Amino acid sequence: MDEEQHSAYTYLRYTKKFPNVWCSGCGIGIVMGAIIRAVDNIGLSKDDVALISGIGCTGRMPVYMDFNTMHTTHGRALAFATGLKLAQPRLSVIVVMGDGDALAIGGNHFIHAARRNIDLTAIVVNNATYGMTGGQYSPTTPIDSRAATAPYGNIEQPFPISELATAAGASFVARSTVYHAVELDRFIEQAIRKKGFSLVEVASYCHTTFGRINKLGTAIDMMKGLKDNSVTQKAAEKLSPEERSNKIVRGVLWNVDKPEYLELYDQIIQRAQTSINDRKPRSKEVTGGY
Amino acid sequence: MTPRLLQGNEAVGYGALAAGCRFFAGYPITPSTEIAELLSRELPKLGGKFIQMEDEIASIAACIGASVGGLKSMTATSGPGFSLMQENIGYAIMTEIPCVIVNVQRLGPSTGQPTSASQGDVMQARWGTHGDHPIIVLSPISISNSFDLTIKAFNFSEKYRTPVILLMDEVIGHMREKFELPDSSRLELYERSRTKVPPEWYKPYDDSFSDVPIMENFGSGYRYHITGLFHDVKGYPTQRLDEIDPWIERIHRKIERNVNDITLFDEDQTTDANTVVMAYGASARSARHAVKLARQRRHKIGLLVLYTIWPFPEEIVAEAAHGARRVIVPEMNLGQLALEVERVVGRQKVRRINRANGEMVTPQIILEAIEEH
Repeated sequence: MDEEQHSAYTYLRYTKKFPNVWCSGCGIGIVMGAIIRAVDNIGLSKDDVALISGIGCTGRMPVYMDFNTMHTTHGRALAFATGLKLAQPRLSVIVVMGDGDALAIGGNHFIHAARRNIDLTAIVVNNATYGMTGGQYSPTTPIDSRAATAPYGNIEQPFPISELATAAGASFVARSTVYHAVELDRFIEQAIRKKGFSLVEVASYCHTTFGRINKLGTAIDMMKGLKDNSVTQKAAEKLSPEERSNKIVRGVLWNVDKPEYLELYDQIIQRAQTSINDRKPRSKEVTGGY
Repeated sequence: MTPRLLQGNEAVGYGALAAGCRFFAGYPITPSTEIAELLSRELPKLGGKFIQMEDEIASIAACIGASVGGLKSMTATSGPGFSLMQENIGYAIMTEIPCVIVNVQRLGPSTGQPTSASQGDVMQARWGTHGDHPIIVLSPISISNSFDLTIKAFNFSEKYRTPVILLMDEVIGHMREKFELPDSSRLELYERSRTKVPPEWYKPYDDSFSDVPIMENFGSGYRYHITGLFHDVKGYPTQRLDEIDPWIERIHRKIERNVNDITLFDEDQTTDANTVVMAYGASARSARHAVKLARQRRHKIGLLVLYTIWPFPEEIVAEAAHGARRVIVPEMNLGQLALEVERVVGRQKVRRINRANGEMVTPQIILEAIEEH
């Protein structure tokens, strides 16, 4: 009974959808908890939050949460979210994706959503593999790692997710891990509050597929790995480039204020409507009574 | 309002505005681009939103998202873009989210001939997305008809909670004719119904009162889940056969039972005709002219113009062909809707006229077919 009084229960469809699909020890649940704590800290009404996902293990997250939730097609969550946000600007639209969803099949939507600087909060849970389909290599699988489709080792460079979003035009970019849950809460809260496109990259792991194939041990071992292999931005500055390249650098990596898409579009509406008032009779006829 | 010369694509744009469309997402592609250009200019005047997305997949995704947000939404494309949209068309069918997809057909396959006429996407419009599903496809034959059918497309989409495809062709899209915008008060528009139950009782796929459940938009205080997985009445994923079976039945039933409402056609002297010409889109214009010429030569010719091509209007076609010795089906493809006509009236009765090289089926070709014995 005590558990039911935990504040997280307010945000969960706990009588309907649990237990969840994730393997025990998975990091995705920690990200789900962090989103709940961030929304709770901000004090958003559940009616004013939309949680949109694509396909994959992370794509299953929205169904468990009592917001306006949408589980869309593979890679396209940000495009669906763009339409929803334009139709309902009042909503805080949070988009949760895995690395394959956001950066392989959805890579184009990812960079263009960032480029538009539309007010969405993107959260990428990076487990460096396709977990749901059994551990194939993804666009963030490290070089030389093995995968179900890379039995001789992966030869493709991994995408730097945060750097990609920054370069593409995002307003806010932060990186943390599922080990650093308190920090993660804070980053997600900042990201939701931020006007413009914000990204939180969350380093996670998949012990069931990637970990098994690469002999990385249990979920606990992999969690420890995140702790040992990550450094704060401040600590990273003291490292040599070589040392830094092997570390997950945590922190708010990018935070700028620039014009947001919906605000700019409101200006377009104003411009268009002003030009109606100045318009010549001919174009008036065409627009008619609609 | 004074009449003016308008293009088919422009008529679709104005039809959408008249229907209450307030969201358009698209990607430039010939021969449909004028629709996007017009709406980028006109939508903001009405407080609506236009966005040019990074591709056609994103375009239809944004439309579905905006529709969930409560706006009537549309996208427009041509063959290559239509191919890219197929997965999300299936998503809209599965989740029962209204939206209108305009496909101004070009000659295909692949890049084909962007500015050449074709009706090659008839079967793709029917079966382009995977899995068993119903679909509504309308095909206009003129500028004013493009305007009217765009409004119908929105009405059907909202009324039946389904994506509707407006299957144009390059001829209709780019042709100009005299057009007079009707008075907006005379238009029949269908608006999404709103639930009367409080949020805690609302089920997004509750079919106890109607085959078309009531859709509330996100942000209205009715929180629920939407998924492309098979789902129960609450929208949650299900693997139960006793939930999947009724769903599949209902999703088809909501269209099939309303086929009379959805079927739009024009029938002209088919009752005592020896030969009936059945056509749609630009080919119907040639057919109409050929029939006129044939009647001058005292042939007993009937004409059936189909504006609704999917669901295929079986009863109307069977009735029109009843008593006729021959049914001529001209199409700018290698025989796609003819397959359906053959299925309904019998193969031996059907004379196909096909052209799939970017040229129209001319009235002369149809007239020759009418006169051959």
